This record gives sequence, C-alpha cells and structure tokens, in this order.
Amino acid sequence: MNSRVVAKEVTAPAVNIGASMHFNKLLKPAVFLLCLVPLCMAVVGVATNKFVDPVESLLHVTGQWGLRLLLITLCVTPVQLIFKWAAVVKLRRMLGLFAFFYVTMHLAIWVVLDQGLDPGDAISAIFEKKFITVGIIAWFGLLLLAVTSNRYSVRKLGRRWKKLHSWVYLLALLGVVHFIWQVRANELLEPSMYLGTLVVLLLWRFARMVKSP
Amino acid sequence: MSKKIRSSEITPESVFRQRRVILQAAGLGLGAVGTGLMMPERVSASVVDLKNVKAWPASTSEKQSSFEQATTYNNFYELGTDKGDPVKNADKLVTQPWTVEVGGECDKGGKYALEDILKPHSLEERVYRLRCVEAWSMVIPWIGFPLADLLKRFEPNSKAKYVEFKTIFDPENLPGQKYPLLQWPYSEGLRIDEAMHPLTLMAVGLYGKEIPNQNGAPLRLVVPWKYGFKSIKSIVSINFVEEQPDTSWNLSAPREYGFYSNVNPQVSHPRWSQAKERRLDSESSGFSALFSEKRNTEMFNGYADEVAGLYSGMDLKNNY
Repeated sequence: MNSRVVAKEVTAPAVNIGASMHFNKLLKPAVFLLCLVPLCMAVVGVATNKFVDPVESLLHVTGQWGLRLLLITLCVTPVQLIFKWAAVVKLRRMLGLFAFFYVTMHLAIWVVLDQGLDPGDAISAIFEKKFITVGIIAWFGLLLLAVTSNRYSVRKLGRRWKKLHSWVYLLALLGVVHFIWQVRANELLEPSMYLGTLVVLLLWRFARMVKSP
Repeated sequence: MSKKIRSSEITPESVFRQRRVILQAAGLGLGAVGTGLMMPERVSASVVDLKNVKAWPASTSEKQSSFEQATTYNNFYELGTDKGDPVKNADKLVTQPWTVEVGGECDKGGKYALEDILKPHSLEERVYRLRCVEAWSMVIPWIGFPLADLLKRFEPNSKAKYVEFKTIFDPENLPGQKYPLLQWPYSEGLRIDEAMHPLTLMAVGLYGKEIPNQNGAPLRLVVPWKYGFKSIKSIVSINFVEEQPDTSWNLSAPREYGFYSNVNPQVSHPRWSQAKERRLDSESSGFSALFSEKRNTEMFNGYADEVAGLYSGMDLKNNY
C-alpha cells in the first residue's frame, strides 16, 4: 500500500548539484561500458587463441564475473548510506542485470558449448551433481528477480517487491556455494573472499535492522 | 630484508650449458638450441633439441596437440594452480643439480645423480593420449625410456609390491608449495606390475626437445592409461614398498581420486562425468574451438588391449 516508501530507496533523487552533476551523469554510461570489459576481453581472447581450452575459460570468466557483479550490486546500498552518495543507487538495477547477464551467459555456455546441447547429459548432470543443482536454482532465482526489476513491477508489487528482492542474499550465497563445491585441492582463496564479502554485507544489514527495525 | 638469489636470476644460457653436460654424460648427441619459430619466446628460451631418438612403432597416429598447447596448459600445482601458471613460473623450478634418491625394498638403492639415472638408456619417442581427470585430453609425443628398464637396475626384492614416487620439495622457490594446497611433496604410486608395464614411460622430453620445466623437468612419469595426475612430475625419490603408498590427491579427496585412477568412462568423478572428454589438439583454435564436440572417453584411455589384464578380477568401481 505504501509503495512510495519503497520507490524512494530504489530511485533516490539526485540531490547533488554543480560539478558532481556531470560526474553523476557520466557515471552510469561509464559503469555500463566497464561491465562489458570482461565480456570483450573474453571474446578477444578466444579470437586471438589466448585460451588453450576456450570453453573452460569462458565458463570460468562468465561465472566469476556473474558472482562478482552480484556482490558489487549488493554493495550499492551500503555505499549509498555510508558515504551519503545518493546517485550511486542509480547503478543498482543495471549492475544487478549485468550480474544476471553474465550468469545467464555462464549457463548458456555450459548447456550449448560444454554439454553440446545434449539434453540427456545436461539434465542428468543437473540432478546428479549438487554444485550444478545449486547453480541452476540460483539462476532461476536471479531470473525471477531480473524480470521483476522494472519500474512497473516495483509499483505493482509494492512492499512485497522489497521482500522478494531481499532473496538476492540467499542467491548470492548459493552462487558462492556453487563455486566452493567445484574447487579442487584446497584452492579456497577466491571463493572465501566472496564469502567474506557476503558475510560482511549481511552483518551490516542485520545491524541496521536491529538499530531501526 | 635479506633476499636469497632466486632461480629466476639464473640465466637461460647457464641452464642450457648445464643441461648440455647432463645429456653428454648420458651419451646423447645434442642439437642446437630450439629455433623458437613455432613457440612463444618464454617457452623456447631454454629448450634443447634431443638427438638419437628412435621412433616407437606403436605410437598413435591421432592428430597431435601443439607444442604450445602442451607446454602452456599444465596442472603442476607446485608452480601455481591456474593451468597458465606453470609456464609463467617455470624458472622457479631449479633442476640443477638433480639427484634421485632410490630406497626401500631393493638391493641397489642410494642417491643417483641425474646423469647416472639416464646414462644406460636409449631414448625413444612415443605418441600417447593424455587424459586429464578434468575431462580434457591431449595427444603428446613424449621422449623417454620404459620405467621398467630403470627400476630393474635397482634390483627390487620380492617385498617390493608397490613403487612410491615423490616430486621435488622446494617451498622457498616453488610458489605453490608455500600453501597447503595438497600434501607436499607431491606423492604418487603404482603397483609394481603397473610400474613394470612396457607402456609406463619415464619421460625426459617432448616434441623432440628436452622436457620444459612446466611439464615436469627433468624426469617425469607418463602412465597413459591413467588420469594425468598419476604421471608425477620432477621426480626426486623412488621408493619400493610393501604396502600401498599414500598419494597426494587421494589424501586431498579420497572419494574423488582413488589410488588406481585408471581412465574409466563408466566411473564418474563425484562432481563431473568422465564419459566424455574435450580433445585439445592443433585443430582446436579460435572460435571453431568453441564448437568442437566432446569425444567419448575410452576404457583405459584406449589402452585396454595392453593393460586390462592387470586388473582382471578386480572391481573397478570400488578400485577407482
């Protein structure tokens, strides 16, 4: 019923004036282009034969950036509130959609290039290998959030929108678990950095909830 | 902060000269330094051609992987966990001087200098399929000699049921050994009949050249019917033992990497299927590599005729 309260946090008005206005105006297109850099580098890498096993490398790069961008998306609100930088929130939806884009590429590369579009192989892998099961569940969750990320859904769902989208923390956790479960030997440095980031973000959220329920 | 002289400060020239000495001691002719025309600079720097290498008649005629593929995409955790790391950190592996300690249930144990290990053996080139446990494969022309010929020189006794191998342990230089990624030193083992099998090769070269550091210089195993990690690199210790030895990957994840680790499309790794593999050969390059279909993995990596008899009566599902 009180959808305006929700909308305020989603698209906070740009209060900055003067020089910073230009900066904020350029911020979004600049970040948009930055988000495309990993993809461009991967395409150039394949074209120039940089990868010995290009399917494996593309899987790795897209999965890695999907997870990184998801965590970056989760950092937007804390950055906005801690640094009182209102304009940054305008990046949140775009970053979230880029995370979804990379995760979708990751899934598509796995189904089409790695599994060779063999539905039997892919489906049995999804049900038999738990790290793949977890990855698929996370992708469906992100799909739901992506299709409800538009203004119309925000308005339509009102208070429930926020509830729905707070599931993103669980999805990010599933993403980290998906990563950890396919690690070989004790190569846990990178996934534990992601897990650490997620824990800090959750603690921050929790502390805020306790302070002003 | 006091710093020791790092292996990277040793010039390729000196490496080259030291290696020349080793190979001359081994009674081998020596070609010029690799021309470097078909490989990246960093790989070619210290690579030496091997001469007087006989061709092995049973080599596979399948399309080979390129020298660059075989020397820039390696699992050698001592030099870094990314498959691109070993070539970058190759100079961190100090192969001079190199001694191999032989011990356990044998009469002629002791410390052997590399040239003494190599001296009596004539080299042959064998083109083998290599199947990695990660479901990719290559076809590589190795140069070496049968492991059996070497082991017999140490006169193993009747208690020698297994052979245990260890990789160099040098945490000061080897970046991967600064972290407990696996149990260091890397350990592997074979049953004595596997070790004595005529397909089991002790390799000192590939593609007509001395073996580059990232591929396990100066001495490595090649066991073509087993997953690649069984083919231990940069060997410094050979031990004849009565009981099945511990192996590094088995200790790391016993459910995933068994002692035998024979290539077997029917026994899947707990986290991925082993039924298919992606062949990395000279055809897989550029965008077309993205659409290369995986091929079916063969039992014992296609060497079933030669080795299946070693395992007759054994349940290969339980003895994975």
